[in-house]
This record gives sequence, C-alpha cells and structure tokens, in this order.
Amino acid sequence: MVDIIVDGQVMQARKGEMIAAALMANGKNTFRKTVKREEPRGIYCGIGRCTDCVMTVNGIPNVRTCVTEVEEGMVIQTQIGSGEWQ
Amino acid sequence: MKRLKRDIVVIGSGPAGLCAAIEAARSGAAVLLVDENAKIGGQLFKQIHKFFGSADHRAGVRGIDIGEQLLRQAEELAVEVWLNCEACGIFDEKTVWMVRDKEHSVAVEAQRIIIATGAVENSINFPGWTLPGVMGAGAAQTMINIHRVLPGHRVLMVGSGNVGVIVSYQLLQAGATVAAIVEAAPNLGGYGVHTAKVRRAGVPFYTSHTVKEARGNGHVERAVLVKLDSQWNQVPGSEFEVEVDTICIATGLTPAVELAFGSGCRPFNSPPLGGLVPVHDRMMKSSIDSIYIAGDVSGVEEASTAMEEGRIAGLSAAHSLGTITDQMFAERLEQLQHNVDALRSGMFGQKRREAKDAIVRSYGVER
Repeated sequence: MVDIIVDGQVMQARKGEMIAAALMANGKNTFRKTVKREEPRGIYCGIGRCTDCVMTVNGIPNVRTCVTEVEEGMVIQTQIGSGEWQ
Repeated sequence: MKRLKRDIVVIGSGPAGLCAAIEAARSGAAVLLVDENAKIGGQLFKQIHKFFGSADHRAGVRGIDIGEQLLRQAEELAVEVWLNCEACGIFDEKTVWMVRDKEHSVAVEAQRIIIATGAVENSINFPGWTLPGVMGAGAAQTMINIHRVLPGHRVLMVGSGNVGVIVSYQLLQAGATVAAIVEAAPNLGGYGVHTAKVRRAGVPFYTSHTVKEARGNGHVERAVLVKLDSQWNQVPGSEFEVEVDTICIATGLTPAVELAFGSGCRPFNSPPLGGLVPVHDRMMKSSIDSIYIAGDVSGVEEASTAMEEGRIAGLSAAHSLGTITDQMFAERLEQLQHNVDALRSGMFGQKRREAKDAIVRSYGVER
C-alpha cells in the first residue's frame, strides 16, 4: 500500500493501481468541477479516452487519473475548470 | 529528435495489434509494437468471460487466458514492445512520431505500419448524463475486473447487447445489484447464452424503454425510465423511477480512427460497423500501400474477429516486404480468411459480413 494525499487528506492506495480506482475505493467519485457552473464530474470511459476524470496531480493539471498509477506521496487535487500549473 | 528504423511498427497492443505483431514476427519481419498504456493487451484482460465461435477461434477460452497465451508468444518471438508510448502522428506515410514516457519525442521510420487503435464507447445524452455515477459499461468492467473496485452498488444498464449483458453479469459477480437493463429496441440485442444468465439471476429487462433522466445531488441517485413507441418516441406519462447509484451506458462503440485519417487513409462510412472506418481490402491494407489496419478501428466487431484480422494484417504486411514466400503466404492467408469468414457466418454474422464486403468492394472501385 502507498499513501496518497487527496485534497489535503491522506488516503491509502494499492501500489500499481490507477488514481481513479484508488479514489473510488476510498469513496471519492467527484474528480473535477466544470469551469463555468462548477458541476461535478467523475470517471466516464475509464481507459484514457474521454478525459472526464482529469485532476491536478503533483501540480500538473489535466492528468488522466484512470490511466495514471498512484505513487507514494502523490499529491492529488480536485481540479476546477482547466486547472492551473503549480 | 531520435530517428530509428524498423520493418513494421504496430500501433496498439490489444487483441488485433498483438496478433498482428506475432504473425508478422513469425513471418520473419522485425516488429516494434507500441502502446500508450503501461500494460500490453488493450481491453483483452478485462474480458473474463469465455469467447464465442468454434474451437479454431479459442471459443470457450476466457479472454484473459487468451491474452496470457498471446503475451508468451510475443515474448518467444522477441517482439520489441514499447509501452507508455503514444503514437501522435504518421508522416509521409511511413514515419511514426511517438512520445515515450510523456517525455521523449521519437520518430520511427517504418516500411509498413499496422494501425490497431481500437474503438471508443458511445455515449447517449440525457439530462443528468454528466453526473458522477454515469459511465461507460466498459469503464465499470475495467473497474471491477482490472482494478477490483466496485463503481457502485445498484446499477442501471442501458443497452442489452453483448457488452450490456456480459458486464451486467460481471457486476453481479462482483457484488453489485443490477436494478434493470433497458433496451430501446423492441428486442434484446445480446446472445441468448449471456442474456439468459442475467435473466436467471433475476435482473428485470425493459425492452422499448430508455433512460430519460438521471437525478441526484452531486451523484446519481435515481434514473427516470420511459417507454418508447414503435417510432422510438417517448410515450408521455409512462415514466417511472428506479433507485440506482450507477448508470452504465452500453450503446455500442465507435472506431478510434484519428491516427488513420490523420495519416491520409481514405474513409468509408459503415454504420453497421460503428461509422467511419478506413477503407481496406481483404488483406487489411488501407488506401495507403504502407499502412494496414486491423481490429475495431477497421469496423467494430468482437475480439475474436480482431485477432484474426490482426493476423491477416501482420501476415500481409510481412509478405509485402518479401519475408515469406508467395506460397507460404497464400496458404496461411487462406486459413486465416477461412477463420474470419467463419466468425461472420450464420444469422448473427450476416450484417457484419455484408458491411465488411461493402468496404472491400469500395476499396476496389475507388482505388
């Protein structure tokens, strides 16, 4: 198991699993909010095609969480709109 | 930017690409197989059900086990594999531009390119369809079979084709409740063997129904279903709610054609096979002599067909480079085409067979 930090909160994830799977296993289903109306979005295609599940990961926005593996200490943030580089 | 050379570059390591690489390597070509994912196999390893067809097509064997066998074959043949490698474009009909590990730009000059990029799930739109909890049936299947995470506890399946009923059954096995399967057509779409299993498990089917709306505060909490008349119009007043936290959309797939069309392959519209596809001949050659295609990108069918098509593409591409004799090629091609024809035989295969024939005819006429 590895620890990931999701919106400032520590969550446990299985080594090698995708961020999206780890978040859903921890009960988090909203990954980002839309730019104008801040509507919630979760996973849609689950295989890296639709980009609905993108989040800001280690300061990089628009990371496809369904095809990105968790890493120890990874900082994951719910993304608003198109996000910002940090 | 690094520039390399290979006989054949295969793009996409799903059932079609993997089989294309194996067949081409077995025929004596130096093959590079690339895939954007971290693991080889495309969507094959989430297919935990037994495949269809005859014994020749490995029917009765689970997709995941077929995948393991193919991986071993590729290893034995020393197929070169680049994972985490995105093919971004094809230039001058032979140079594949790729980004490796999201960092390094690489151009590989290939004598032949085989595009096996697969397909993307279709969506249907209704109020609330963007709520978390609405997802492709394939996404739910990936979650349970690959990641072992249950995406929800009470599921509505939209679409009763093979994907809809197979994923429904796998969701039941994974511990979810499937509240209903809705089908807009008056008849069920999937093979009886899978449909019956779900029905025996007590899942209600609603034919001539669709989902009208998804409701919930920040997440799916309910779905509103509505009856459809013979003209596929919603029947006012026939709405009813089902309590679900997940809505899976299994309404078919669309070929992932961006790379093929971006490289100049001529399109052909084939609605029965998912829409626009690169036109191709029986040898899976596209309208460009150096580019072959295989699998769902050439028309959406099943993994079994994708594997046979992949073998044909790999064999033909290798033969066009002179790595095997004409006689060896002719014998093997006949066998592979017999296999693929068998998969398109019978009443279930008729529509797909006719659609494929139309593509091949168009190749001859307009070339």
